[in-house]
Amino acid sequence: MGDIRVARPLIRMDRVRKQFGAGTLAIADMSVTIDEGAFVSFLGPSGCGKSTALRMIAGLLPVTAGTIAIEPARERTEQDLGFVFQEPTLMPWATVADNVFLPLRLAGVPRAEAEPRVRAALAEVGLSRFAAAWPRELSGGMKMRVSIARALVTRPRILLMDEPFAALDEMTRMKLNNDVLRLWAEHGLTVVFVTHSVFESVYLSDRVLVMAARPGRVAADLRVDAPWPRDDGFRGTQAYVDQCRMVSGALKSTLDDAHIDH
Amino acid sequence: MTLTSTTETLAPAPVNVEAIARARRERVLSRVMPAATMIAAIGLWEWVVRAYDIPHYLIPSPSRIASTLMTDGPSLMGSAWFTVKLTLMALALAIVGGVGLGAVFALSRPLEMSLFPFAVILQVTPVVAIAPLILIYVDSTFAALLICAWIVAFFPILSGTVVGLRSADHNLRDLFTLYRATPWQRLRFLLAPSALPFFMAALKVAGGLALIGAVVAEFVAGTAGRNTGLASRIIESSYRNEIPRMFAALVLVSLLGIAIFVLTSWASRRVLGHWHESEIRRET
Repeated sequence: MGDIRVARPLIRMDRVRKQFGAGTLAIADMSVTIDEGAFVSFLGPSGCGKSTALRMIAGLLPVTAGTIAIEPARERTEQDLGFVFQEPTLMPWATVADNVFLPLRLAGVPRAEAEPRVRAALAEVGLSRFAAAWPRELSGGMKMRVSIARALVTRPRILLMDEPFAALDEMTRMKLNNDVLRLWAEHGLTVVFVTHSVFESVYLSDRVLVMAARPGRVAADLRVDAPWPRDDGFRGTQAYVDQCRMVSGALKSTLDDAHIDH
Repeated sequence: MTLTSTTETLAPAPVNVEAIARARRERVLSRVMPAATMIAAIGLWEWVVRAYDIPHYLIPSPSRIASTLMTDGPSLMGSAWFTVKLTLMALALAIVGGVGLGAVFALSRPLEMSLFPFAVILQVTPVVAIAPLILIYVDSTFAALLICAWIVAFFPILSGTVVGLRSADHNLRDLFTLYRATPWQRLRFLLAPSALPFFMAALKVAGGLALIGAVVAEFVAGTAGRNTGLASRIIESSYRNEIPRMFAALVLVSLLGIAIFVLTSWASRRVLGHWHESEIRRET
């Protein structure tokens, strides 16, 4: 899938630096260009600034130095980005449908007009029957699906995901990985996916940015050489095992470096 | 995977006759038990008073209190109405003031830092101690009583609102930032619903406190004024040694307090029952 698209830069991070108020250097000099239609993972140990980088791309955190541009450099609209947090982050006082309606409501879309779009987004994550349910009635995996539906309801070009499945059980996580790949392909999304799982990053991405901590930086920029589309069978292939070994090795060497630093 | 497994749990389970019977028994018991205990206690009281021939000017029997309530009903009702009016107005003003000032505090740290000490002073100084001053400074006795009751009820609402408005989930805040929500949208769709559980808890406390404030203030004001709340009836009856009437007024004050508690609890369940942990009934 990735190879039939013409690579066009979509997100450009140029010498981005992030220093928090207390003086902690979260990210030192990060320059990354993400192509349109790519599925890129930020992989690294906790404290390597991967979530910080994602939040800066989303505009939720200001950069200390450097620039982040989303191309083409036209006025960014709130519809451009979808963000999925580590927790489902649903409003417990609103039904599933109203949670998905939120981004459209904030954009001033009338309820009647939004209704079919909300329904479509819920159908895409397989929750059509749960529109009227309350978040507390759902399992962790289903809540995450609602969160994804909410991120997709505005039809964004870019989907940013911050360790979205870290808290879920293995079976649910695999299922949701497949769902995300399907949505990525169907919508022509560009996905930036933060994870600390080597296996997840290899399964999902066509490119893995291995990050190192203290200060946060990109330690390795790896291409995942495996064919699309992928399904659960991919996990059993030699290609998958090889890629995991490669990524794992890169991650391990950054951790060893960090130990020498200490 | 999740979908199917959860669907199963959401689908109606096979009817468990025994469980339903047990639930019904429990529901009946939860009403019968307190009622039965109450009736037994009142019965015991009646019996003790009769058996030991306790004079009614010391401890009146429940039946005598009931008949006093009947005979003095109209005039006591008037007093009760006065107290109700006082309490509800104080509570309403406490809600308006507490929510208003709470919103201002939540929006502005400097304002909160400068004004909060005043709110605390108002709260920690016993109302009985301030009431005489207020009665001197304010011409209308009703207004003075209202201020006293308001002072007591105001603080819980204020602090509940401030904490509540600040309690919104930080990821949800980020989400609202991401979608460029206006300040009004943020208040309406995020901050206000997040504050609601705190506000409802504060309302339950403030409802009871408003009544206490109203009664205490009237005690301080004494029977000097033409005010005829339940508290002045209690004082008046004590001067005249009309103990049954004292008890009758006391019963009315209690009933008022219970009514306020039941109403605020009901409101809380109405508002939060769908979603908030505090009001969700768990299946066992």
